[in-house]
Parts: sequence; structure tokens; C-alpha cells
Amino acid sequence: MSVRDDLAERVGVDLEAVDPLRVALYATLVGLVAFYLSPLESGLMTALKTEAEFATSPPFVPPTVEGFTLEPFGVAIDTLSSAILNSIMLAVPATVLSALFGSFAAYGLTNFEWRGQLGVVALFIAGIFIPYQAVLIPLSRLWAIVDTQSLLAPVLDITVFSAQVPVLGTVELATHPHYASIINLIITHTAYGIPITTLLFRGYYKKLSTEMLEAARLDGAGAFTVYRRIVLPLSMPMFAVTLIYQFTQVWNDLLFALIIIPSGSGPAAVATIALNELTGGIIQTFNTQMAGAFVAALPTLLVYVLFGDKFAKGVAGGT
Amino acid sequence: MSTHILKRLLDRLRDGGSPVRTDGGTAAAGSETAGGDSDLGSALSSLRESDAVRSAPFWLPPFLLMGFFVYGAISWNIVISLTDFGGLTLPTYDPSTFDLEMYRRAFSDGQFWIATRNTFVLLISFTGLSLAGGLGLAILVDRGIRFENWFRTVYLLPFSLSFVVTAVFWRWMYNFDSGLINAFLRGIGLDFVASKWLTGSIDTGALGAIPLVPDTFYFKLFAVIFALLWQFSGYAMVVYLAGLRAIPNDQYEAARVDGASILRMYRRVILPQLRASTVSAAVVLMVFALKAFDFLYVLFGSNPGPTADILSTMMYRQAFSANEWAYGSAIAVVLFVVALTVVAPYLYGEYRRGEL
Repeated sequence: MSVRDDLAERVGVDLEAVDPLRVALYATLVGLVAFYLSPLESGLMTALKTEAEFATSPPFVPPTVEGFTLEPFGVAIDTLSSAILNSIMLAVPATVLSALFGSFAAYGLTNFEWRGQLGVVALFIAGIFIPYQAVLIPLSRLWAIVDTQSLLAPVLDITVFSAQVPVLGTVELATHPHYASIINLIITHTAYGIPITTLLFRGYYKKLSTEMLEAARLDGAGAFTVYRRIVLPLSMPMFAVTLIYQFTQVWNDLLFALIIIPSGSGPAAVATIALNELTGGIIQTFNTQMAGAFVAALPTLLVYVLFGDKFAKGVAGGT
Repeated sequence: MSTHILKRLLDRLRDGGSPVRTDGGTAAAGSETAGGDSDLGSALSSLRESDAVRSAPFWLPPFLLMGFFVYGAISWNIVISLTDFGGLTLPTYDPSTFDLEMYRRAFSDGQFWIATRNTFVLLISFTGLSLAGGLGLAILVDRGIRFENWFRTVYLLPFSLSFVVTAVFWRWMYNFDSGLINAFLRGIGLDFVASKWLTGSIDTGALGAIPLVPDTFYFKLFAVIFALLWQFSGYAMVVYLAGLRAIPNDQYEAARVDGASILRMYRRVILPQLRASTVSAAVVLMVFALKAFDFLYVLFGSNPGPTADILSTMMYRQAFSANEWAYGSAIAVVLFVVALTVVAPYLYGEYRRGEL
């Protein structure tokens, strides 16, 4: 029996019968689709119009042949590309690190039994819900005191990211002292991501077969071996969910970037900051603003379109 | 060694004899699993005693990192709120000078009360409307429709966008001259409703736009809430959908056999069972409402004006625009307490139901 038949039976509707109620239902659903997509649709149409065109035509109407232009996207990509690169440099390590830490913590707090465990779990989970305003001033103080660049100087010169290219010799990929603040941002996002990733993994590890872990332990496998040989391989689906969810969270953040990246802009700006600056101008070039919004949102939109079901799972599990 | 473990594992699984230990399992239940071998049993119980130690390498490092940034920073923030740290000087932490001056200042600051009031208006109406919208969507999507996945994906789509992107889209949507909202209203002949939504003023035609002061209807704030509703109702839908799917089919069946109408079925049978979904969605939505800072900041900068100012924008303005660090910290503590009054009962409830 297919899922659909099952559902149909359960709500008592014959899917094949044409019935005014069903028609109304589908009309409502389609109307809602229009509501949810209209900002995106009219935004996209506007981004493809010249200034003269979008000032005179309704926002949702596609551009005419004369009014069509790709220039707004050109401007947006030019303005945002370095910020998008920064966001990738930020979001990828921060996401991977907080997922790993979350997995460790969840294993240590789920598949062992000891007194006081629930108290620690409560502290982890409460961390999900704190309003970030309550930590902003200490964060700005902390990263004013900690000089990441000098701390890392003995091992890594982060002012110069360079690569050896056979013909050209050493090529500097990026040079700017502000890259230290991206590392600060990675550490910050990793730390604040741990509560939610721990919660997601814990929900999953609770369902793991206790017998299986017990058996391995009886055979003398240490906690690390059990994690590496059994728990980690079994966690791969949950890693997918967590990585996808956390990636969008880090990518979409504005507040921490505002606080931690000095002067809020410059070469270390991330996508959200750069978009805010692109669109915050007094001159209202709405076509460029809309193009900018699409360019800055593209990675999360792609992740959502490709892995929508996993994203939804992360969302539902994050409650 | 690992192949040996796996072999034992497989043997154990094939036996299928060992009882499944539940969460509340004790050492006794554990030694049953050990197959009643007394040597093994005692070895196991001593191992179990050291579980706190053995698990520490896993949870302690993340706990320290998270604890430092979350609880360390909150404590630090509370300390700063007791000082008079401001301007460009560095803070001095001298316990003998600590006082509650900044809290007194907040409680006698008219702006603070306006921001607090707006915070609660936003919190309650945004959460209530998102829950209602999400429940409506979930019920529609759960009616055994075709292309269910597709509809669900579209409704949840805005949730994957950042506040910044949403704000940029909605600034355009609300634009007076060429935004979609006013274009739609004019299109259906409601020209007189077309407004400067984000400045909280209404267009009277001949007389031009008149600002709504005092803004008794929270005009501007509801323009914000409507946009947030667009972004978050899909989230509430996903949570409710999971709740609806957890209700056994025979309850629908029973209600149908009883001849209950669809409306009655939902009201009497289904809604009461969605309590847990409602609570968890409400808590998360409230937390998002408290974090709505990004959205307001992009739309209005750090000063949204008295009709849309909330505690988080006020805190940011005081600290990072006016350099009133201690005052900003005090407002942040108030915000933290508000969040705590929402979250603590929820976490306690989860703990009581053994779901932590």
C-alpha cells in the first residue's frame, strides 16, 4: 500500500473523486505557493530588469526584451564574490567542527551511565536557547584581548595564504590581517553550534542498540574504539542532517560577524555583511539589491533544494 | 581485535536472547546482558562505575569550549552590567564599585519600557500567528494531497534564507511606489490601503502620507511580523506535520466511524494531541523572535524608532553605537532573563517527562 493510499484512507478521502472540497483544497495550496514564492519571484524578475524598466512595470511581470539586463547580477557578483569566499572559509570549518564536537559530546552523554549526566545535558541544551545579545559585549572584549594573529604566528602566517604553483612560484592567495577575525569567527560559531549539534546527535544515539555497544565493550573495546568502529560509521546519516542544518545557520548569521569582524566591513566581510552594505545605500537600485540577495543566498538555497528532506529533518529534530 | 568484536557482536545479535535495556536500566539489568557470568558481571559493574571517567574525553572538551563561550560569557556580561564601563576606556573590575546603577537606569528609561513592550508584542503575536499559520499549513498538507513533498518544500523554503536576505526582499515588497504589496492592493482597487508600511504611515492620496503617531496598532511592528511569518510559518508546519503523523490512523478511523465532521474531528481528536508539538515549536519560535535583531537591523539600522524598537536592537545600539557598554550589558541581562522564563519551564517539563 503506497503512502498516498494510506493517507487517503486515513483522512477518508477518495483521491480520484472530483469533489468541490478537494478543488478548494488545491486552490488554497496553490494560492499559498504564490504567497511563499512571490517575494522570490518578483525579486528575481526585478533583478533581471533595467532601472527604467523596474520603475514602470509591475514587480512580478517578467522583463521585456528591451528591459532585460544581466548587469545587476554582474555588479552583485563583483561586489560579493570575495565576501562569499570568506563565508565559505568560515562556514565549512565551523560546521564540520561543531558537528564533530556535537557527535563526541552526544556519545559521551548518551552511551554511558553516570550520575549527574542529565545536569550536564541540561546545560548543553539550554545553550541552544540563549539570546546572543547576552554574550555580545564579552565576545567583543574577548576578541579584542586575544590576538589570534600573533598567537598563530609561530605555526601559521595567516596574513599571507600562499600556494606553490609550478611555473609561477609562490602565489599569494589572500593577504590581509583581518583573516585572523575569520578564525575568531570560526571558533565562536563552533562553540555556539555545539548545543544544537549535541541535541541532534543525542536524539539519534539514544536509538542506537545498547546491546551492540555493550557487546563490543565486553570484548574489551575501549570507548574510543567503540566510537570509531561502531558509533561513527552509524552516525553518517545524522552527520548529513547536522552539517546541512548548521551550514545554513552559520552562513546566515549576521550578528556575530558584526561584532567580531572589525569595522564590520573590509576584506574579511562575510556574505551577510557585504549584502547588508550593498543594499544599505541611499540610492535605491532595487535590481542590484535583489540580484545581491540571490547571490548571497545561493549556497543555502542550493543546499536546501538539493537536500530539502535532510534540512527538514534537522529542523524537526532541533525542537 | 576488531574482527573479533564484530564476530561476538554478530553472535549476540543472532542469539537475540539478551534483553533490551531501557534508559532507566540499572547495573542489575546490565549484568543480565553479560549473560550471568559472575566474573564478567563484577568487572562490568566496576567499569560502569568509571563510566563518568571513560566518557569524559568525549563530552568534556566540547563542554569546556561551549561552557566558556556560553556560561562564561553570560557571567562576564553580568559582571560588566555591574560596572560603569562606557566610552573608550577599558573596563575595571573592582568588586567594591559594583552596583545596580545600570538596572536602575534601565527601569527609569522610557525607551527601555517601550522596547520591552514591543519585545512582548513581537514575541506573543509572532509566535501565536506562526503557530496558527503552521498548523493550518500542516493540516492542509496532511490531507492526502498529491505532490505533498513539493508543497512542503516550497512552504519551508523561506526558513532556509538568512534574516538579511529576507529583510532585503521585504524592503522591496513593502516599497511604496513599486513594491508588490502595494501593487497588489492597487490592482484589486484598494488604493487607499496602500501604505508606507515600513515607516508606519498611511497614504491619504491628496494629503500625502500621514504618519500614524501614536502608533496604536503597532503598524510598523506588524509589517515586520508579517514578513517574519512568511519566513517561519513553514517551520511550525514541519513540527506540526511530525506531530500529526505520530497520531495513530485508527483515531482518524474512529472519528470517521462516529460520523464526526472534519472540523469536529480536528477540534476534538487531533488538536488535543498536538500539545507537545505546540510547546516545542512555540519555544523555538520565541527564541527566534528574541533573535529577530538581524532582520530589524537590516531594515532600520540600529535604531528602528519607538514603534519597532525591541530589547535586542536597543542593547546593540547602546553598546555598539553609543559605547554605553555597561548599560548595554544590563539590557542584555534583562533579555536573557526573558529568554530564561520561556525556556526554563520547557526544559523542566522535558526533564519531568524523561525526554531530556
